[in-house]
Amino acid sequence: MDRYDLPDARGYFGEHGGVFVAETLMAALDELKAEYGKAKADPLFWQEFHYELKHYVGRPSPVYHARRWSEMLGGAQIWLKREDLNHTGAHKINNAIGQALLARRMGKKRVIAETGAGQHGVATATVAARYGMECVVYMGAEDVKRQSPNVYRMKLLGAKVVPVESGSKTLKDALNEAMRDWVTNVDSTFYILGTAAGPHPYPMLVRDFVSVIGEEAKVQMPEAIGRQPDVVVACVGGGSNAIGMFYPYIPVEGVRLVGVEAGGDGVDTGRHAAPLSAGSVGVLHGFRSYLMQDENGQVIETHSVSAGLDYPGVGPEHSHLKDSGRAEYTAVTDTEALAAFHDCCHHEGIIPALESSHALAWAAKVAPTMGKDQVILVNLSGRGDKDINTVAGLTGITL
Amino acid sequence: MSRISACFEQLSGAKALIPFITAGDPHPSRTVALMHALVDGGADIIELGVPFSDPMADGPVIQRASERALAHGVSLADVLAMVAEFRKDNGTTPVVLMGYLNPVMRYGFARFAADAARAGVDGVLTVDCPPHAAGELAAALKGEGLDPVFLIAPTTTEDRVAEIARHATGYVYYVSLNGVTGAGNLDIDAVAGKIAALRQHITLPIGVGFGIRDAETARALSTAADAIIVGSRLVQEIEAATQETAAEQLKILVASLKAAIR
Ligand SMILES: Cc1ncc(COP(=O)(O)O)c(C=O)c1O
Repeated sequence: MDRYDLPDARGYFGEHGGVFVAETLMAALDELKAEYGKAKADPLFWQEFHYELKHYVGRPSPVYHARRWSEMLGGAQIWLKREDLNHTGAHKINNAIGQALLARRMGKKRVIAETGAGQHGVATATVAARYGMECVVYMGAEDVKRQSPNVYRMKLLGAKVVPVESGSKTLKDALNEAMRDWVTNVDSTFYILGTAAGPHPYPMLVRDFVSVIGEEAKVQMPEAIGRQPDVVVACVGGGSNAIGMFYPYIPVEGVRLVGVEAGGDGVDTGRHAAPLSAGSVGVLHGFRSYLMQDENGQVIETHSVSAGLDYPGVGPEHSHLKDSGRAEYTAVTDTEALAAFHDCCHHEGIIPALESSHALAWAAKVAPTMGKDQVILVNLSGRGDKDINTVAGLTGITL
Repeated sequence: MSRISACFEQLSGAKALIPFITAGDPHPSRTVALMHALVDGGADIIELGVPFSDPMADGPVIQRASERALAHGVSLADVLAMVAEFRKDNGTTPVVLMGYLNPVMRYGFARFAADAARAGVDGVLTVDCPPHAAGELAAALKGEGLDPVFLIAPTTTEDRVAEIARHATGYVYYVSLNGVTGAGNLDIDAVAGKIAALRQHITLPIGVGFGIRDAETARALSTAADAIIVGSRLVQEIEAATQETAAEQLKILVASLKAAIR
């Protein structure tokens, strides 16, 4: 296939991406782009990044054959890329470390972040403690309720958690509030954005930091099974764990890339968080991409059992991969994700994050239609300890 | 000549007052009356906010105004209808729409520019669309005789000031502080110095806004700027008033600001 070299100099992946922010932030984004350009070309930067990933995060994360569950499904073999085993329990730490190292290079002593499920907030609070930075995390007031263990975790790590009461009180509003903080404190503050979205250069640098996931898998799978998987699948909220898995596989022919969005009550009900499956092109949070919006261009509220997928937009590179056909995107419902959550607990002894359970649900649905010699690699983006209150609540249990 | 240029020409050096309110706040049926009240109080140009679900550059006051308007389902088409209604009784006061890109993109740039011109809009400021991203929209606006208004911030580099100078028409909007609308950390001397420096590149009139809350600040800044833009303070007045008293209170407040900058 053609050489894939995106984004272009203006930050576009095809027609998606770009820089759509208030003038105040333009200089900061230009500075970030320039500084990342230098860091990217600096072997010492990557040396420290990989040292941290190995000794602090515990990388490489293993790939694991979910043998019992695969047998029960009676089709393709399901393998899991175990990002749940990372320090702090999700793929988010890879990106948080990369950006914190950039912040340190740029002399910024204060970092801010938005968070949905709390995983990116925890990762940011963690690296802020690790590097001695002041940390403020914005979190929708709804999510503060849904993910209370992570709120306390962030506080233990020394971060200030600010509940956001505006709009729908979820991830998109937390992002708005983080942007407002950044505009106000742009001279002192580094914004550690939590997903492969936002204005250029964020989608690019987040992708570069999380790509360690796919880079490792590309080496590990041939070691484990003698070849690459037939399908690679990941859940898609803003798109970071998915692009981290997909990006290294883009040039690998014969590997199908599948992104799974949050179908909520079902994509046909309108109550979901699946902009690639059922949105249209728009501009939000500094970039152009598929977006859930009404006929007047207002962003509509999303619905998902999983706080980390409850976002109306999606990173621009995924929109481009959809348009180009290199990746395909679909959605599973809350009910399907919850069933996969329980199956993964029962059959594999792994409590998956509700976000990752969406990717698992797709694999469990499709595996039986495939041959036993075929392989699906699922990005198990995080562990589900943070979700036990939510899952218990859905079954009428209060912990 | 556009209404905006005519307005500044007629002022011949006197300072313009540009009040901002959000269309549809507190209720769509009140907006046209409030616009007339602004003019009665002495407004030279009106900035009319187009409500958006995710007003990233706005502080809590204008966020709430946006939410109130959206609760009544106010769309961009509704805002254009309000301007058309205003124009039935006022053919001279320029109206500039201020908002975010997505509703305009959804409407379609060319269709929007044509409909806005027909409704009597004079300028458009999309906060999250700086000149490098505004090509298609700016061309559509200029094609219909509308002025694309751009922001300049304290962080804007000289290169970018020059770029903005090439694209803007009507006036430019200097953001007085690093922050959101309604913030309270404005440094008068620094702003005045910056505006003076901008004149090297900018020949258009320069308005200044964000964080101007009282007559005192308005007066101090009017020695450096060509126009004073006041938003959150007025929206607060609407929020505190009843639907019956809002117009009168706005008029009194605008008159006191106008008197201060004379
Ligand atoms: C475990 C886990 N997976 C996935 C996501 C979704 O984000 P993204 O699409 O950026 O990977 C989150 C977000 O909080 C998460 O915590």
